[in-house]
Amino acid sequence: MTILLRASALDAFYGDFQALFGVNFQIARGEIVAVIGANGAGKSTLLKSIAGLIDNRHDALRWGDEAIGDRPAAEVVRLGIALVPEGRQLFPSLTVEENLLVGAYCGLRSAPWDLTSVYDAFPVLRERRDSRVTVLSGGQQQMVAIGRALMSNPTLLLCDEISLGLAPIVVEDIYRMLARIRDGGTAVVVVEQDIVRALKSADRFYCLQEGRIRLSGTPSEADSDTITAAYFGT
Amino acid sequence: MMDWLDVATQGILLGGVYALFALGLSLVFGIMRLVNLAHGDLIVLAAYFVLFTSSMAGLPLGVATALAIAAMFVLGYLLQRFVLERVLGDEIMPPLLVTFGLSVIVQNALLLTFGADSRRLQAGAFETGSVSLAPALKVGLAPLTTLVAAVIVIALLQLLFYKTSIGRAFRATADNPEIAQLMGINQRRIFAIAVGISLAVSVVAAVSLGVRANFDPSIGPARLLYAFEAVIIGGLGSLWGTLAGGMVVGIAQTIGARINPEWQILAGHLAFLAVLMIKPRGLFPGAGHDAR
Amino acid sequence: MMLDRPQHLPLVADPAPANTVWRATSETRLSRVARIAGLAALAGLILLPAIAPRTLLQDLFFVFTILTLAQLWNVLAGWGGLVSVGQQAFVGLGAYVLFAAIGLGSLDPVSSIAIAAVATAIIAALIGPLLFRLEGPYFAIGSWVAAESLRLVCAQFKSLGGGTGMSLQSSVYSSLPGLKSVQNLFGVRPAIARDIVLYWIALAIVVVVMLAIYRFVKSRHGLALAASRDNDRAAGSVGVRTDRIRFALWVAVAGMTGAIGALAYLQKARISPDAAFSVTDWTAYVLFVVIIGGVRTIEGPVVGVMILWGLIFYLSQYGSLYLLVLGVIAILVMLFMPKGIWGAASHRWNVQLFPTQRRLFRNAYH
Ligand SMILES: Nc1ncnc2c1ncn2[C@@H]1O[C@H](COP(=O)(O)OP(=O)(O)OP(=O)(O)O)[C@@H](O)[C@H]1O
Ligand SMILES: [Mg+2]
Repeated sequence: MTILLRASALDAFYGDFQALFGVNFQIARGEIVAVIGANGAGKSTLLKSIAGLIDNRHDALRWGDEAIGDRPAAEVVRLGIALVPEGRQLFPSLTVEENLLVGAYCGLRSAPWDLTSVYDAFPVLRERRDSRVTVLSGGQQQMVAIGRALMSNPTLLLCDEISLGLAPIVVEDIYRMLARIRDGGTAVVVVEQDIVRALKSADRFYCLQEGRIRLSGTPSEADSDTITAAYFGT
Repeated sequence: MMDWLDVATQGILLGGVYALFALGLSLVFGIMRLVNLAHGDLIVLAAYFVLFTSSMAGLPLGVATALAIAAMFVLGYLLQRFVLERVLGDEIMPPLLVTFGLSVIVQNALLLTFGADSRRLQAGAFETGSVSLAPALKVGLAPLTTLVAAVIVIALLQLLFYKTSIGRAFRATADNPEIAQLMGINQRRIFAIAVGISLAVSVVAAVSLGVRANFDPSIGPARLLYAFEAVIIGGLGSLWGTLAGGMVVGIAQTIGARINPEWQILAGHLAFLAVLMIKPRGLFPGAGHDAR
Repeated sequence: MMLDRPQHLPLVADPAPANTVWRATSETRLSRVARIAGLAALAGLILLPAIAPRTLLQDLFFVFTILTLAQLWNVLAGWGGLVSVGQQAFVGLGAYVLFAAIGLGSLDPVSSIAIAAVATAIIAALIGPLLFRLEGPYFAIGSWVAAESLRLVCAQFKSLGGGTGMSLQSSVYSSLPGLKSVQNLFGVRPAIARDIVLYWIALAIVVVVMLAIYRFVKSRHGLALAASRDNDRAAGSVGVRTDRIRFALWVAVAGMTGAIGALAYLQKARISPDAAFSVTDWTAYVLFVVIIGGVRTIEGPVVGVMILWGLIFYLSQYGSLYLLVLGVIAILVMLFMPKGIWGAASHRWNVQLFPTQRRLFRNAYH
């Protein structure tokens, strides 16, 4: 099993405020890893650190053998790391198709994901390709956000609370999609507050609490009481 | 009794000039929320560049213009990377003050280099030539070309924004700079290119200015104000709106000048203040998402 | 005790002894020393005409007027967030109202200055609501448009010299207060006595304006304004009507700017629209003085105006070169010393002569 990305003793700061404390984390090719935790635990901070939106110590993050902790976001995506940000964060003045095309801005890899394959995966987007994203439903917007990230053909896909505010049936669809993406060889990190949903599809999980990893393992070996304790810090 | 058709035509043609002045300003505001107080002086700088390479160094006007477009693009790129980038942020004061300082520097550097004399670009018969649009309506060739140039520049910018990858990058960055970086868009480079394009466009404005009228190092701020009025009247962020705004200023100035030559400029300012009073968000608020 | 060890808020983590009394103050030992030194300097400046040559008094008159304008712009832009580059509008208006009052209304110079201040404030109150519709950076250019419009309007008054301007008769100055006594006291010609009286008026205005600004920025209103500068909504939720304070500040600053314009042109005795509404003379200098010295400090503009004076002294023989140099210095300061020379020094050595931030001190007495 080849380790794609490894975080070692990762501390993250917003100005003077420290949000992550010595986090150790890793993910291998073809894995779905869940990161769970309560509000404010530091889940988004972990993903933003990986994606380069937060500057870290040079060797706190390694991509293969390369230390990438201090790479800016615009370069991290070129390595093959794509983030689906919390709250979707689409570009409101761009159409659906333009949002997807911006995702392919780097143009480094064009397979397997391009406009055609994203539209095949989310057929409803093909119908709305010329609409402004602001008029789409929440689920459709989430599909655009995922499609936009896929357009860069990432090796590692980071998904921040992609099920938030969506109907259960849509959530199931999206997670089926993630499993297919994983089967295509892409590693996937899913951040969720919904423990059950997250653990159902994940190969492994980490539980964050107040900026520290409290528990990690495979969903099958962890019992729900231990997880609840790590989650709420009781 | 004034000839209304003639006034309207002259005003619209003048509006083309002001729109050209305004496009660069509108562009950088739309993409990066930068208000460049040195915009007028940079247009004058471009005019002197063309003057120097054509009249003084003997290059044909077209070649000199092309050279100036390249030079001003590079200047804009470097200006953003080494100066403006350091002060762009949440506070509005630093970029205003730096561009104001730049305005004073450019003005006085031109004054020291070229003196205070009025200059003009030599364009041969083109300067004075005219065409008849209707039996009683003759318009100057130079003003007409200026208007056509403004329309072409706007159309090209629209193509750039809506049909190219870098255009999408501009608009995505304007929408949400942080997320745009996640797409691999290098914001610093995008902003620098935007300022570069803004100054490149200002060369077209500079040539149209220099062929039509005299210029000297001190006229920059006045051009900035006309440009600004065109942008505000048109509605922020709409390039076609800017063209319409330029025409409103142009027509107001032409009417003012017909009543009393001393009132030309004042009439333009008053029209602007009147629009501000009635429609503070401009005539076409949010009409387009051009450049935003 | 321990008055000279100011500590910044908050102080939650530091458990204080039971009998500690917290005292909020903005005074430091240094600021008291500065006050005494300031009073001594003021006394010296008041007495200066007894020994100083006329050119020095004229230079200092220029320094005082620019310093006043700089302080006014600093409070408007630095504290009020109203970054205007059109303050020449009010200099020009004040000057023109003075010329109208003296030339057409045959009033005496001092009442004319007062009338200029009031008239300028009224016009600012009229155009303010219009300009306030322009948000953020666009307010800056809008204020410039307003200034240009007012210049063009003033150039329309043929009775005030139209576009070419007019001069004041020297008989106008005979009604300056104290002129005769100064002539007798120092044994000087009327022209010199006039410069001395105008010097004193400028000195009085700069002192009063600086003290008033100092009081304002430390007042509840000033603090509310500073807090809201970057965040209107936050201030609104605290319940302070900062838009009203801002408007009042705009009007007051315009009025005082008008008074300075009137005084400056009373001294020059000759006016033209291009000079009185000059963006270089009345706004560029002023902005550079504030930037170089330090925005949002009372001391900064004082430092800045000294540097301006030095540059003009050494470089003005080279024509517009000194403006170029001034612009370059201003940009370099903005880039590498965004708080200005005074701001950087004050941060480095932790000195404030006019402390505008409150600090908490722990006192052992009860
Ligand atoms: N931009 C910011 N500036 C300062 N502090 C921040 C910022 N963003 C997050 N924080 C703080 O960092 C901590 C971790 O936040 P983070 O967003 O990573 O939590 P999260 O686990 O994603 O929570 P949620 O489930 O609510 O999304 C929180 O205490 C939060 O208040
Ligand atoms: Mg989160």
